[in-house]
Formats: sequence, C-alpha cells, structure tokens
Amino acid sequence: MTTILQPDHATIPGVSEPVKSRAARRVHGLSDRAIAWLFVAPTIALLLAINIFPLIWMIRLSFTNLNLSMSYLPLRFVGLDNFRDILTDEDVWFRLQTTAQFVISSVALQVVVGFGLALLINRQFRGHSFWTTIILLPMMLSPAVVGNFWTLLLQPQIGPFNYLISLFTGVPPSSFSMTGQVSLAPWTIVLVDTWMWAPYVMLICLAGLRSIPDYIYEAAEVDRASAWRQFWSITLPMTVPFLMLAVLFRAIENFKMFDMVNLLTSGGPGSTTELVSISLKRAAFEKWRTGYSSALAIILFVTVFGAANIYVKTLNKVKQR
Amino acid sequence: MRRLGWLRSTVASAVVAAAALGVLGGGQAAAQGKQLTLCWAAWDPANALVELGKDFTKQSGIEMKYEFVPWTSYADRFLNELNSHGKLCDLIIGDSQWIGGAAENKWYVKLNDFFDKEKISMGDFVPATVVGYSQWPKNTPNYWALPAMADAVGWTYRKDWFSRPEIQSAFKAKYGRDLAPPKTYDELKQIAEFFQGREIDGKKVYGAYIFTERGSEGITMGVTNVLYNYGFAYDNPKKPYQMQGIVNSADAAKGLEFYKELYKCCTAPGMTNAYMQEGLDAFKSGQVAMQMNWFAFFPGLYKDPNVGGDKIGFFVNPAGPKGHFTQLGGQGISVVATSDHKDDALAYIKWFAQPTVQQKWWQIGGYSALKAVVDAPDFPKSAAFAPQFLESMGIVKDFWAEPSYAQLLLDMQKRVHDYVVADKGTAQQALDLLVKDWTKVFKEQGKEVASSQ
Repeated sequence: MTTILQPDHATIPGVSEPVKSRAARRVHGLSDRAIAWLFVAPTIALLLAINIFPLIWMIRLSFTNLNLSMSYLPLRFVGLDNFRDILTDEDVWFRLQTTAQFVISSVALQVVVGFGLALLINRQFRGHSFWTTIILLPMMLSPAVVGNFWTLLLQPQIGPFNYLISLFTGVPPSSFSMTGQVSLAPWTIVLVDTWMWAPYVMLICLAGLRSIPDYIYEAAEVDRASAWRQFWSITLPMTVPFLMLAVLFRAIENFKMFDMVNLLTSGGPGSTTELVSISLKRAAFEKWRTGYSSALAIILFVTVFGAANIYVKTLNKVKQR
Repeated sequence: MRRLGWLRSTVASAVVAAAALGVLGGGQAAAQGKQLTLCWAAWDPANALVELGKDFTKQSGIEMKYEFVPWTSYADRFLNELNSHGKLCDLIIGDSQWIGGAAENKWYVKLNDFFDKEKISMGDFVPATVVGYSQWPKNTPNYWALPAMADAVGWTYRKDWFSRPEIQSAFKAKYGRDLAPPKTYDELKQIAEFFQGREIDGKKVYGAYIFTERGSEGITMGVTNVLYNYGFAYDNPKKPYQMQGIVNSADAAKGLEFYKELYKCCTAPGMTNAYMQEGLDAFKSGQVAMQMNWFAFFPGLYKDPNVGGDKIGFFVNPAGPKGHFTQLGGQGISVVATSDHKDDALAYIKWFAQPTVQQKWWQIGGYSALKAVVDAPDFPKSAAFAPQFLESMGIVKDFWAEPSYAQLLLDMQKRVHDYVVADKGTAQQALDLLVKDWTKVFKEQGKEVASSQ
C-alpha cells in the first residue's frame, strides 16, 4: 500500500497555516491568477504573433487582389472572387485529385508495411535492437536529404535502382525513368514516402502491440485458438485505434507534403505529381499571387481541419467500442 | 604542477595573441569600414566577378561581400528579398525579365541622372543588352541597370568526334552531305539522330542535350530557341498584348512539335527535368555530341581537361524555317533602392563601366556588353567562342519582362512541359491554353488584351 502525501497538507515547523497560505497566494503583491497569467503570457503573445495574427491577416488578404510582384497596383477588395476562381479552376481540382491519390496510396502502403514490420519486430530474436534501429533510420533523415539521394538512386543511367529492376526483369536500366515517366512518377513518390515513413507507422503499431496484455493471448491459447484466429480476434482489433492514429498523422503530413516531392520531380513530368502544396507554393512565392494563394491556403486548411475532425470523432467511437 | 604551468603560459599567450589581433583587426576595420554586398547567381562568371572586384576594393577601399544563390532558387530568393524591401543587397545583378517589375515597384534606383552626371552613355553598349537589361519601358530612355553580363543561348559540339574520318564517312553515306556544325534545326536533328545510340570509344553516346527543366525557367529558355525560328512571337507588334493567333499560330505549334521530336529522338535517358548543370555534366562526361547551354559556361567548358581545347567546338543557335534568333540571357547590374550605401554602390557601377575594367571582365571569364570590347578588331580571335557570341548577340530575343513575368513564365513552363515531357495533348492545345493563361495574367495586370488581329 502506497501513501501519497499531499504537499498542501504538509506542515513546516515554525510557520503558521494562515501565513503560509498568504505567502503562497502573493509573491511581491501578485495574486495566484496574476502569476499564472505572467507565466502563460509570453506563450500566448508568441502564439498570437506567429499563428493567430498571420492567420487573420491571411483571411483578410484572401479577399483582395494583392499580387506582390505588382505591389504598385492599388489593393482592391474582390469579395469571394479568389475563392470562386479556385473552386472553378479545373487545374486546382486536378491537383487535389493528385494529392488525394498520393495520400491514399502512400498511407495505405505505409500502414501495411508498417504494421507488418511491427509484427516482426514485436517478436524477440537475435539482433532485434540492431534491426529496429536500421528500420528506423529513414524517418530520422531530412526529407530534403531523402529527396536528393533518391534522385540519384533513381537516375536512369547511373542510379542503382534501375539496375536492380533490370536484374530481376531483364528490362534495360536506361530504358525507363522512375521520376520522368507519367506512368511511373506518381508511384515513385509513393514508394519513396513509404520507404521514409513506414518505420514511423511501425513505431505506433509497436506501441499498440506491446499494450495488449499477455493474459489475453494465454486465454486464447487455453481455448486452442489458432495463431490466425488470435491475429484476427485479438491483435488486429486491439491495435486498430493505434493504426487509425497513424493514418491520421500520416494523412495530415502527406496532405501538406512538399519538400521531398519537389526535390524528386518538381511536380513533373508536366504536372503529373504536382501536389496541391506545390501549386500553393508556386502561387504564393513564385507567381506572388498573395490574395489568390491566401484563399487557396484557407480552402486547404478548412479541408484538412474538417476531414481530421470527422476522423477523430470516428476514432473516438472505435475506442469506445 | 607542470601541467598547470603549461596551461597558464598557453592562456597568457592566447590573451596576448587575441589582444594583438584585436588591435590589428580594429585598425584594418577602421581603414576599410565601408562594405558593399553584391547579389547574383552562383555560377562560373560569379567567380570571375569576385576576382575583378578585388581591383575595386584596392582602388576604393570598399570591401566587397557577395551573396551568390544557385540558379534554381535565384529568382525566388532575390525577388523575395526585393519584395520585402530587405537590405541584404546593395547591388544586384538581376535577371533581364525582372526589369519591368523592379522599375514599376521601385526596387531599383533609376540611373538616368547618374549616367548623365558620370557621362556613361548607353550608346556605348550593345543595343540588345541595353533594351534587354536596362530599359523599362522597353525602347524608351529610362535606365534601371548597367548591362553587366551579356549572354545568350549557344551550342557546343564534340569537334573531335565530328572530325573522325570514320564518323564523317558514315554521316556522308547516310545523309549525302559533310558532317559540320548545323546551320538549321533540321540539320541539327539529323546530326543528333546520327549520334544517338552510337558507340564511340566503347561508350554509348547520345545526340543532343536540350533544356527540359520544370521548376524554374529551364524548358521555356530551351523551347523558345526553336519557337522564335518557327515564327512564334509574344504578341502582335502592332497591337501590344494581342496574342491570339501569334503565340498559338500554326507555325509556333510546328516549332513546339519539333522541340518535342528532338527531345524524344535524340536526348539521353532521364533528361526529363534538366537545365544548365545537367547539360554541363552530360557534355563533360562525354555523353552527348551537342549541347544547348548559355555562353556564360563556355569559358569553363573550353578549359575542361577532358572535353575542352581542341575537342570542343561552338555554334550559334541554328535557324528555322521562319527566321534566325536565339534566346537572350544575361543581366544588368542595379542599385537596390533600399540600400543604405547607394553612393558606394553607384561608385561601383561607375568603376565597372570603365573600358579597362570591361576588357578585364571579358578576359577573366565574364561577358562584357561594352561595344569598345566586343567591337574591337581582335575580339573574334580573343576566345574560341567569341565569334559565335558576337553573332548571337545580334539575333537575340527575350521573354516577357513585364512585372507579371513570373506568372507568365510559370504558365509557359507548365504548358510546354505538359506537352513535351508528359505527352499531354497536342502542341496546338498547349499553345491555346498558354494564350488563355497569359490573357488572364495581363487582364489581372490591368492591360487591354485584344482577342483578334
């Protein structure tokens, strides 16, 4: 039996109770509430300065025609024109479609690979820690580094990837370009993203697998349940909330994916892998269409926020079951 | 104790040394307190400019600091700096297409009064560079920069391969003419097809290297070399901003089709997103017979121990069925309006404009635009590529230099890359969409855009 001592009830010899209480409430004439505000104020100020204020400013700009490359033109209030332009632009819908395809394919593949790796790593075997570290290495790299070295690995003439494919298929290595062909480039970005982030999904799944009490498996053994049956009836249902969490994190991350894809393909060939984040960057910082890009950013924010909310509610329902 | 003694003496020496350095450093700083920051792209000519700048420091006592950014992020980085009224750069060597935006947004100091005061005449510079790098509005005497680095697209070829008897006879047998640097794009394509996949010295080589980069300006700076010569123009010379039937004329569509054919038939595998550096790598590694690139890189290529000297030759961008032009590159040097050191920056421009400095600039790897340098009788003999450079500067055309150039450029990048590399639609459709994009941009800019000729 452990006794928890309440610090409030502890007594200090020689100091009476009312005096202590007053001292606790007031430090140099400041109330508890004031002290609390004092501690929180810098964080709130920082949040207001770098998050809230820019957000409000961006909302304001989204209703204007501001273009920073032509800042000499008068700033005009254009109402919902920017939003209408975006929502009626075929190209934007293509970019959203491309992004959705990338998010769904990469997250699905990462869940399958990550969960499989977690099942493997969950077993104790020789070199277990070593292999865990090796598997985790890709996610510790910067996306810029990953983008650059995969560009070299996938180079059709000198990159080892094409030679590896050639070894198994007999197709000449320089006859195809993983980042330059319309049919292959979307899968290439999925592949590289999965290589990098499946270990992250594995970590989350591993936490889920380790949280399943052994006695449940012991009871299943007593009931002579097969390994397959144990997987479907115990392992999978009990790790579903963790999997859903991994899906949420990865989906949000991949929705705003920019750096790695920009380095691998620059959105090409043509616009085949131009994710909406690349379009947004081009509109904001290359075309300098500040009003238009602010509106696009708001639309994307609302989309991610709405989807994440629906997803979190579903996750909570799953947890309650 | 001995260790402590050693430590004490070391610390004492360090203190004395630091004090001495402080005194010396302080003295030096006091003597040369002035400093200018010059912003440009990170490439071969920038190294030459650093060398040249040492003379300026020697003469004026003003230290030069340089901010060089790789080409792929050069526009992003410095336009962001200018847009935000930053004070990083006192002097900037900005791209020719920035001149409209820089003038309208007052990012650069207008140089007319300064030129008048210092008797710097724009008539002393190659006309194309004055229009391209200095004037806004174009063809008016309003100057925002001094032509600093003349440049255009040119071609290099493997002179040693072209001169091999067995290759020459094989080419003659196939095409019935001598193998020589091409004068037209049809000839270039034939030569590229001839070399494509050929084995030379036991190595498979490819026909030509052309620009295909998607992210910044690459494919546009490449395709325009063909488009101009097939009859493409940016707008109707009689009706500014009237693009329908000009940008997307049948001739222009043929030019775009030709560029795609050249890309498909005769480039090395994987060149789907390639610009200057990839071209240099392909040529230096002995992969291609001909390379499209900027003249700025030719001094470095000529010095290359593997492919330079006698092995390399140069030719002017070939002509097409409707004309003979090449894409203008290069930049002018401007004083940034937000600089705190405008007088010193102007002093640099005054120094840089001197004929002796311009002569040295050309000799060490820069490209002068001063007539006294390029029109000198011995200029064509001063470098292996000098005659081609001189000819090219007489046939240059540039992309839009409007304040909205970045939007216009990115629209063209997208439409051309979609068609050439991603096989999306037809050439005509790509150009039709480009007209639609550009019309929208100009309307946003408040320009009147006529839809018919």
